[in-house]
Order: sequence, then structure tokens, then C-alpha cells
Amino acid sequence: MMWSVFIETGPASGGWTIYPPLSALPQAMPGSGMGMTLWLVSMVLFIVSALLGGINYIATVINLRTKGMSMMRLPLTIWAFLITAILGVLSFPVLFAAALLLVFDRSFGTSFYLSDIFIGGEALHNSGGSPILFQHLFWFLGHPEVYIVLLPALGLASEVIATQSRKPIFGYKAMVVSMLVIAFLSFIVWGHHMFMTGMNPFLGAVFTFTTLLIAIPSAVKVFNYIATLWKANIQLTPAMCFAIGLVSFFISGGLTGIILGDSALDINIHDTYFVVAHFHIVMGASAIFGMFAGVYHWFPRMFGRMMNKTLGYIHFWITVIAVYGVFFPMHFLGLAGVPRRYYSNSAYESFMDMQNINELVTVMSMIGGVAQLIFAFNFFYSMFYGKKSEQNPWGSNTIEWTAPVEHLHGNWPGEIPTVHRWAYDYSKPGAEHDFIPQTTPYSQTKGSNLPGEE
Amino acid sequence: MGWWYFSLWRKLGKMFMWFFLVSDAFTFSSLLIAYGALRHRFTDIWPAPGDVFTHFPFIHGHVPLAYVGLMTFILIMSSVTMVLAVDAGHRRDNKSVAVWMGLTIVGGFMFLGSQAWEWYHFIHGSEKGAYILSDGRFARTDDLEPGKLFIWQNHQKTIIEGAEAEKAIATSVKNIKGANLIENEYGNTPLFGNFFFFITGFHGFHVFSGVVINIIIFINVLTGVYTRRGHYEQVEKTGLYWHFVDLVWVFVFTFFYLV
Repeated sequence: MMWSVFIETGPASGGWTIYPPLSALPQAMPGSGMGMTLWLVSMVLFIVSALLGGINYIATVINLRTKGMSMMRLPLTIWAFLITAILGVLSFPVLFAAALLLVFDRSFGTSFYLSDIFIGGEALHNSGGSPILFQHLFWFLGHPEVYIVLLPALGLASEVIATQSRKPIFGYKAMVVSMLVIAFLSFIVWGHHMFMTGMNPFLGAVFTFTTLLIAIPSAVKVFNYIATLWKANIQLTPAMCFAIGLVSFFISGGLTGIILGDSALDINIHDTYFVVAHFHIVMGASAIFGMFAGVYHWFPRMFGRMMNKTLGYIHFWITVIAVYGVFFPMHFLGLAGVPRRYYSNSAYESFMDMQNINELVTVMSMIGGVAQLIFAFNFFYSMFYGKKSEQNPWGSNTIEWTAPVEHLHGNWPGEIPTVHRWAYDYSKPGAEHDFIPQTTPYSQTKGSNLPGEE
Repeated sequence: MGWWYFSLWRKLGKMFMWFFLVSDAFTFSSLLIAYGALRHRFTDIWPAPGDVFTHFPFIHGHVPLAYVGLMTFILIMSSVTMVLAVDAGHRRDNKSVAVWMGLTIVGGFMFLGSQAWEWYHFIHGSEKGAYILSDGRFARTDDLEPGKLFIWQNHQKTIIEGAEAEKAIATSVKNIKGANLIENEYGNTPLFGNFFFFITGFHGFHVFSGVVINIIIFINVLTGVYTRRGHYEQVEKTGLYWHFVDLVWVFVFTFFYLV
């Protein structure tokens, strides 16, 4: 796919959804030529590797847990990775089928997605196919895909928020169940991307219903995060800042999702900047903030050194202001009717009023982009010259922090540690410290055991 | 490490196979659903499978669906021999495993050969093919009843013969013979041929991969790899894949040939 940037006709330019017939006919535009072929080839390779990697994650989490690590003692991060892998294994094969049919339409003259097409006054031989078929197959992957992007970030944030709040995560079981429910629902909502395809309004109502149902488990997660932070002894590390940023974006982006998920409202703002703002904030910025939280939190584990805190704060504040600066005004652009995917908005008289908002968005995006250089510098500088980290700098419970700072083959010398409790025994009343690692047996913490724990 | 670790990996391999099969099932399902959705739009012109797959080796005449029935029987029998191979593996009976694996491979090759034969006749088509008449109607011919034209319209068959048929052929717009990815003589929609080639081809590729894997396992059995290893887990995993491919064929058979 990188290579396609350097070929004469340019990379695939039908947008990331590659709807046929635009993507199916090489003569439609230069970007549907060789670039599209390379895109499809790399997609097929990607799907195969996603399948193999996903199966590996699932089988490992289910079968290769250490002694004592029952499923309900898994850190939420691992739950999130497991559910993400299941989503990938179930949704990518459908994209695989869709991509193969597209390859046949492009290269072998079949008519799966093509019908009644005239190019330069000449009718193509294709007849009977349906471009809507591609959209159905594509969005059957496409919707679970957004949770494939988001869930790992939510998992990382769960870990960071519990650790830096010095409190058990609120509603562990509810967190797991809500992730499972989100995963299940993500397979029956794909139609909300297709309200404008001439879909039967009754079917639109069904998809609206299933889509709005997702608000429930999502809200459960958000309230659990907030309840975890409530009256907590919050350690505002850069990782924590980013994790809280994720929760903030998840709320602001999630609320606009309720508007877009409703077929009656979506018709007004379909294909406008409102949609762009919604999904970039909820699935783009949230997911990236979750990953940043993960990097800042686990950096000492990965490289044995700490990242610079001050640079971390600067990075966080500039980025969070830039993200809101980009996407908040974008909602208003969308409500005013500015369509997405236009080469030049200023070419249309009706959008000229919006020019100043567009300028603000552009400036903000540049500021946000430059801020990432701070992160890049901090990352590589700390890798070599950062302050040496102790073994468990955040006082974390999960077992990766019990491995020695020196990198060993197989992580632990000798036996893999045994797990005796869940990962969230923070600030347990009666305990000696404000955290009890998962490897500590109940017999050593007589003072803090709850009824039933021995 | 040691035995405990090793036994986990054994279980892991079988689980890998199950997850792969679930994933593959989704691919086949989406293809069959796509097929169903598009076929549904053209119920009035979609050819009846009984009118298309009528050939049988050495028989002059129409034997609708008999040949594909035989193919299906062969594939199901190869699943039976696979079960027997897995069972022989449980009994650590290397010789029986070899025999049943060998028969499974033979069954796989017979199926692939039959599919090639069927594709050949599908691509080749009839002697006269089909005509698109001047009024846009689609008329098929039948090698056994020369001089007649068969027109399906609104689920009703009209037969034209004699001078009327000759006139219709003389003024016809197009003559289509056999089938390819762009047109076919069986029905007035390319989708029939498209889906037939794609789905049976995709399935055939799965069978072919299965036969290749079976051959590798067969060689391992012959050279005593599993006798030394002490278990025949590998045969079981291959068996899972083979039964899956067989099961998919049952669905393809149902939706392409029977419905």
C-alpha cells in the first residue's frame, strides 16, 4: 500500500470505503487503477495476518494463562484484547469475501457489484450486480472494525485509571459484560452506515434500535470510569491525563453518535462534517489517547526508563486542546451542511461563510500535529537517556510489574508467577500498602481479606 | 515447561483450527448470502438448476442433477473414511490410519476431477447455445430436441418450433454458447455464471488445499512420524478441516443445485 503512493496513477483514491462502481472500474479515474489493485492485494495480506494474529490471541488467552489466573481475574486490558481478537476473526472474513468479489469485478469481468454502467456513451457488458451488496458486506466488517480500534484503548485506559486512582476499578464484571455486549451488538448495526441507500424505512428503524442499544453498555463503561475516579486519590501522571482525556472524548463523541444512529436525524447530516467530527473524536482521538496512555504507563516496563513528565504534560495539553479545536467546530460545519470529501469547499458560494471555521480547524490540526513531535522526542530520548525506572514505578498490581527490570528471555527467571487474586486490590482497607499485587496470596494479607477470601 | 507445556500446545492447535473454521464459515456465509440476495432479484430469469446440470458420463439424454449427486456422495464418503482414519488414530493403529487417509485422498481427487468435468460441460455448453431474440427475449436450445426454442418468462415456458423458430433465430440479436464470466447460455443474467464459478471455485480451492494437507499427513503416517510422537492429533486437526469443507459443500449443493 505504501508503494502505491509512488506509482504514476497514484494510490487508491475512492476513499477508505472503496465503494464500487468507482473502485471497480479502472477507467473511472486514475486512482482506481494500479493503486486500487495494490490496495486490494495488501488488504488480502492484511486480512490473512489479522486472522492468524487474532486466532493466536484468542487461543493464548483462553489456554495459556498462568496458574490461578481465572478468566474473572484477568486485567481488563487482556479482556479487551481478547474481545478485539474475536471481533477480528469474525468480521474480517466477510471483508475478505467482499474484496475477492471486487477483485473479480475489476479483473475478470464479473458483475457482482456492477450493472447498467455507461462510460463515454458506451454500455459496459456488466448487468445485474448491486453496489449496495458491497456496502452490506463492507459495513458488516466496518462497524465491528471501529470497536476493534477502540476496545484495546478502553482496556488500556481501564488499567491506567484504576492504578492511578489507587482504587479498584468500579464494576469489574459490568466492564467485562459491557465489552461483550458491545462486541455482540457491533455485528447487528451495520445498516446505520447505509440509511441513505434507499433502505426500507422499517429496516432503518430496526438498525436505529440496535444502534441506540449500544449506548447502554457504552454508558456503563463511562459511568464506571467516572465512579472509579470519584473521590479517588488521583495520581495525575501523563498516562492518567491521557486516560481521562479518552473518557472525555468518548463522552463527547458518543453523544453525537446517538444523533447519527437515529435514521430520521441521520438523513439531515449524512455525509457532512458532522459525521467526520463524530467518528474521528470517538474512534480516532479516543483510541489514540488510549494508546498514548498505554505508552506513558508501560514505557518503564518496556525500556526500563521513565519518560519525561513535563514533556508529557505539555504534549497532553496541546494535543487535547488541538483535538477539541479541530473537531468541536467541525460539528457546526456539519450542521450547517458542509459536505465531507470535497476537494475545495471554497469553490461553492454557499460554503464561503464557513471559511473562517475551516481556517480555525486547519490551524488547530497543524498545532496538534506539531505537538506529536514533542512525544516522538520524549519517546526516543527517554529510551536512551531517561531516568532509570524502578521495578514497579506506579505501584501496580498486575503481574508484568513483578518481572525484573533487566530484560530476560522468557521475562521471569524460573517459574512463571502464580496469581492469587484479581488485579484491582488498590487501597484495600486494612492492607499494609495501597496496592496488593496479584501474586500475593490471601494468607499473607490476613488484615485486609474480605469475607470469603482466605 | 516439559509435558505440561507441551500438552497445552497440543490443545492449542486444535483450538486454532476451530477458530479458523469459524472465520472461514463467515466467508462462505457472506458469499452464499450475497448469492441469495442477488438471485432473489432475478427469480423470473434465474435458470432452474435441473435444466442446466443435466449431463452424466456415457448417458445420452438428460439426467438432471444425477452427476452432482454422485459428486456429493463421493465427498461425503471421503468424510466417512476420514472419520475412520481419526478413529484408527485413537487406537494407535498406524496401518489403518494410512489406509483410511489414502482413501480420503482418493475421494478428494475424485471430487476435484468430477468438478473439472462438470466445469468443462458448463463452460462448453450445448451445440447451438442460446439466442437473444429481436424482441429481447432469451431463448435456449436443446441438443436432444433440435429446431425448438425454449423461452422462460414469468415462470412460464413457451416453446417455439418450425418456421417460427427459424425466423426467430434468423432475426436474433445474439447467439451465446457455453458460459464464461461475462455471459452464459443458461439464463439471461451473467450473475448465474459468476456465482457458479466463484463459489464452486472457492470451495474447490478449499478441497484442493485439503487434499494437499491430507497428502502431507499421509506421508507423515507412512514414515511413522505419529507413531514416534505417540498421538495422532494432527490427523484430527486435518479431519476437522476436511469435515468443514464437506459441510460447506452440502450448503453449496443445497443452494446452487436443489433450490
